[in-house]
Amino acid sequence: MDKSDTRRKSMHIKQENIRNFSIIAHIDHGKSTLADRLIEMTGMLTSREMQEQVLDKMDLERERGITIKLKAVRLVYKAKDGQEYVFNLIDTPGHVDFNYEVSRSLAACEGAVLVVDATQGVEAQTLANVYLAIDQDLEILPVINKIDLPSARPEEIINEIEDIIGIESHDAPLISAKDGLNVEQVLEEIVKKVPAPKGDSKAPLKALIFDSYYDSYKGVTCYIRVFEGQVKPGMMVKMMATGKSFEVTEVGVNTSKHIPLDSLSAGEVGYLTASIKNVKEARVGDTITDLKHPTAEPLPGYKKVIPMVYCGIYPAEGEDFNTVRDALEKLQVNDAALVFEPETSVALGFGFRCGFLGLLHMEIIQERLEREFDLNIITTAPSVIYRVTKTSGEVLEIQNPSNLPAPAEIHYMEEPIVSANIMTPTDYVGAIMELCQNKRGTFKNMEYLEETRVVLHYDLPLNEVIYDFFDALKSKTRGYASFDYELKGYQQSELVKMDILINSELVDAFSLIVHEDKAYERGRTIAERLVDVIPRHQFAVPIQAAIGSKIIARETIRALRKDVLAKCYGGDISRKRKLLEKQKEGKKRMRQIGSVEVPQEAFLTVLKYDEK
Amino acid sequence: MEKAGLYIHIPFCERKCHYCDFTSVPGNNDLMDRYVERLIKEISMASDTYEDINIGTIFIGGGTPSILHENKIADIMDAVRRDFSLDTHAEVTIEINPGTLTVDKAISYRASGINRASVGIQSMNNGILKTIGRIHSEEQVLTTVENLRRAGFENINGDIMFGLPHQSIEDFLQTLDKVISLELEHISMYGLILEENTPLYRWYNRGLVCMPDEDEERVMYHTAIDSLEFGGYRQYEISNFAKEGFECRHNLGYWKLRPYIGVGLSSHSSISGRRYWNSSNFSDYFNKLDRGILPIAGDETISRDLMEAEYMILGIRLNEGISIEDYEKRFNTSFMGKYGEVINNHTKSGLIQLDDGTIRLTRKGMDLSNQVEIDFLP
Repeated sequence: MDKSDTRRKSMHIKQENIRNFSIIAHIDHGKSTLADRLIEMTGMLTSREMQEQVLDKMDLERERGITIKLKAVRLVYKAKDGQEYVFNLIDTPGHVDFNYEVSRSLAACEGAVLVVDATQGVEAQTLANVYLAIDQDLEILPVINKIDLPSARPEEIINEIEDIIGIESHDAPLISAKDGLNVEQVLEEIVKKVPAPKGDSKAPLKALIFDSYYDSYKGVTCYIRVFEGQVKPGMMVKMMATGKSFEVTEVGVNTSKHIPLDSLSAGEVGYLTASIKNVKEARVGDTITDLKHPTAEPLPGYKKVIPMVYCGIYPAEGEDFNTVRDALEKLQVNDAALVFEPETSVALGFGFRCGFLGLLHMEIIQERLEREFDLNIITTAPSVIYRVTKTSGEVLEIQNPSNLPAPAEIHYMEEPIVSANIMTPTDYVGAIMELCQNKRGTFKNMEYLEETRVVLHYDLPLNEVIYDFFDALKSKTRGYASFDYELKGYQQSELVKMDILINSELVDAFSLIVHEDKAYERGRTIAERLVDVIPRHQFAVPIQAAIGSKIIARETIRALRKDVLAKCYGGDISRKRKLLEKQKEGKKRMRQIGSVEVPQEAFLTVLKYDEK
Repeated sequence: MEKAGLYIHIPFCERKCHYCDFTSVPGNNDLMDRYVERLIKEISMASDTYEDINIGTIFIGGGTPSILHENKIADIMDAVRRDFSLDTHAEVTIEINPGTLTVDKAISYRASGINRASVGIQSMNNGILKTIGRIHSEEQVLTTVENLRRAGFENINGDIMFGLPHQSIEDFLQTLDKVISLELEHISMYGLILEENTPLYRWYNRGLVCMPDEDEERVMYHTAIDSLEFGGYRQYEISNFAKEGFECRHNLGYWKLRPYIGVGLSSHSSISGRRYWNSSNFSDYFNKLDRGILPIAGDETISRDLMEAEYMILGIRLNEGISIEDYEKRFNTSFMGKYGEVINNHTKSGLIQLDDGTIRLTRKGMDLSNQVEIDFLP
C-alpha cells in the first residue's frame, strides 16, 4: 500500500498533459515494435523487463502476428519543453473481424499514430482503420517505418499517404522502430499534435469501456476512458446499455502491471474492477455512469456485436458435451462477441451452433478450444446468415443449413453481400479479377494508388468469402494482395441446399447452402475429397452430393480388399498386437455414420481450399 | 513337464535384403565366433531358469543361420541337447539361404539332429530377386533343394513372397509353378509388407520402384491358394501350406499360444504368463552374458484379458479355427459371453463362420483378418 501510495501522487497529472492515442498499422508494418520502443524510451520499463512485443498478450496472436485483444498502457514522457506528459497508448486489433472493437478503442483516443512500412506502402487494412479514426475525429500522425531497409522509398510512400488518405505527411517522422531511429520525434509529435483531452471532472460520471477481460481472481477488468466526472472505489456504477449496476472495487492504471489509484478523472485512461462475473455485463462500447447521479446521455456508438459467421462445434469421439460447453462458457466470459447455443446433428450428436465476428474469430476460438482447453472437437463448414422469405410471407434467418425450409415453402432467399477492397501489385490484377468473378463478385471499380499498385473494389457474397477466398487470394497473389471488407447488405440470390449422402445416408453436418451455379462444382469437390479421407470399408461406399432428390455428383470408395498381417510368429506377437491396438484406437476416433466410419478430418477437408 | 518350443536367433547375413527390418548384421568370423560362444552360455543359463520343460520343437532362424560354419551349428545343437530335455521326436528346423548351402553343410546339419530345412526362395525370377536385394538366383534354389535331399532332408519348406516390386501376376504364378514342381513338403507364402526403415520403403516413397496394387496383390494370393491346393498343399494358416502331416509344429506353437523360449540377440520368449525379449544390441548382449545375467531388455506381463485376446488373434489365423470347447477349457469362461457380439457382427459381414462349435475365417476373412482381430482386443 505504502509503495503504491508514493506512486499514486506521481500518477495524477493535469488534464492538459495527458495524451491518449492509438497506433494504426497493417500486420508486419511494425506496430508492436514501435510500441515497444515507445515504452522503452519513456523509461517506464527497463529493457530487461520488456517482454518482446508487450502489447500482444496471447500466444496465438503472437504466432499470427495479429493483436486480437486490445489493452492500454500508461507511459510517462518528459518532453523537450521540460514538462512531464502522461501517454495512454491504447492498442487496437488489426483485423476486419474486430472492426467494432477497433472503433471503440479509437473512441477512447484523441489521436492516432499511423505506421506505414516504407517498403510496402498503405494496405487495405490500414486504410480501413484510418477511416475509422477519421470517423472519430482523431488527429492522425503519419510515421514512416523501416526506413533502414535498402528498399525503403519514403518519398513515394509519403505521396501515397497524401493521395490515398488525404493527410499532410511531409513532416512525418522517418523512423526505424527496430533500431529506435527517430522514435523520439514520434514522442514529440504526440505531445505537440495530439490534443489534450477535455471534459469536466465535476460532471456526472461518463466513461467508455473499450475493452474488458475476465480473470478468476478479480472477475472482469474493464479498460475505460473517463470522459466526464470521476470514478473511485466504493462508488455504485451502472452500465448504461446492459442496465447492470456494480460497486467499484478498484480503479487504477496499467504500466507493466496494474497500479491502483484512488480515482480516475475526466481525460484519464485506466482500468476498473467491480466483481463483474462476465464480460457480457461490461460490454465493449458501453458507458459507465454513477448510479446515483447518472449522466443524461450515454456516449454514442455502442452496438451489440452481431455474429456474421456461424458453424457447428461438436465434441469429437471420446470428448464430453459438458466439457465443451464449460470451455465455451469460459471463453465467452472473455469474449462478448462469441455466441453459442446447443444443437443436435444426426451425424455428430449433441453440440453447439456458434456465432463469430468472422472467419479469423472462428479459427481463433477453435484453436483456443483445442490448445488452451485441450479439447478434441469437430467443426462443421461455416455458414453465413441467410434471409428466407417464405411463401407465407414469414421471414426467417437461417444460419444452419439443416434448418432451411422445404423448397416449396420458400418464396425467395437473400444472402449477405460485402463490399471488399483488395490492394494488390498490378501484376496480380488479372488473377484477382478471375478469382472474384469465380466467387460471384461484382466489379465496382479500380483505383491506381501508384504506377504498380491498385485497389480493386468488388461486391462479394459473404458465403464465398468465408469458403476459401483468403486462401485462394493468398495463393494467387503469393501473399502480395491485402484484403478488407465490410457488410454491405442483403441481396436476393438463387441459393440451394446441397446435401452429402454417405452410403445413401444424408449427413447433416455436411449440408451446405450454395449458389445454384456453384453447386455442381462444390458437390464434386467435396465428394472427391471424402473419397480420399474416408478409409475403405468391407463394402463399397457411394458418396453423393444431392440437391433435394437430385444427385449432382457421385464418387465411390472402393471396398477394402486387404487388411491382414502376413506374418505373425513368436517375435512378432507383441509388435503385431500393438499395431492392431493402434488400428483399433484409430477406429474409435471415427464417427459412425450408418455403417460407415468417418474420420474427423473429413469434416474439415470440406472447407479446404483447392489448389486447382 | 511342460512342453515348449525353442527359438535360436542367428543375427548374421551376408547382406541385408532391401525389405528386411529384422535384427541382423553382416557376419565376420570373429564376431560370429564370439556370438556363438555367448549363445551357448545363454542356452545353459536359460535351461537353468526353466528346469522342468521339455523342448518339442527347435527353430534356428535369422538372419541367415546357414552363414555360420556347420561346426558352429553342431556346437549349438550339442549345447541344447546337453542343457535341455529334448523330445526324441522333436522337429528341428534351420533357415537356409540358397546362396550359402553346400552338400557338406547339409549333411552336417542332419548329423546335428536337424530334420527340417526352410529355404528362403522368395522368388524364382532373378530380376526380382536382385531388386529386393537377395544374394541368390533361381539356379541356386534348385541346387540347394537337391543338396538338402541328398543329405537326407525329408521335410523342406520354401518361403516365397508375392506383391514384390515390379512383379506381375504372371511373374508370380510362374514362381509358384516352379516352386510347386520342387515337391517340397511345406510352403510359406507371404505378401510383402513395406516396413519403415528399409531401403525398399524409401525407394517406394520416392517413386523409384512400383508395387502391385492391392487388387493385383489379392489376385496373386487367391490364385496361389488354389494352385497350391491343386498341387497337394493344404492351407493351414493365412500364409502357410503343407502336405499332409508336414505342418510346422514349431510355428503352430506360436499360434496356439504355447510356451516358447527364445535365445540369441533380440529373440522373444513367452513362458509362464510372461513375455520378455532380449537386447538387440551386440555389446549389451555380450556384456550381460559375460556378467552371468540373462540378456533381457524388456518384458511385459500378459494379463488374462490380453492372453485371451492373443489366443483369439493368433488362433483365428489357423484354418482349423478356434474350438469353443478348447477355449472354454483353457480359460474357464463362457466364449459366447465374451465374444458373442464380435462373432455375430463378423459372421454377418461374412468374415468368419461358425460350424460345429468352431469359428474360422472365411476366405474374405483371410484378406481382412485385422478387422476381426481388432475386435478381440480388450
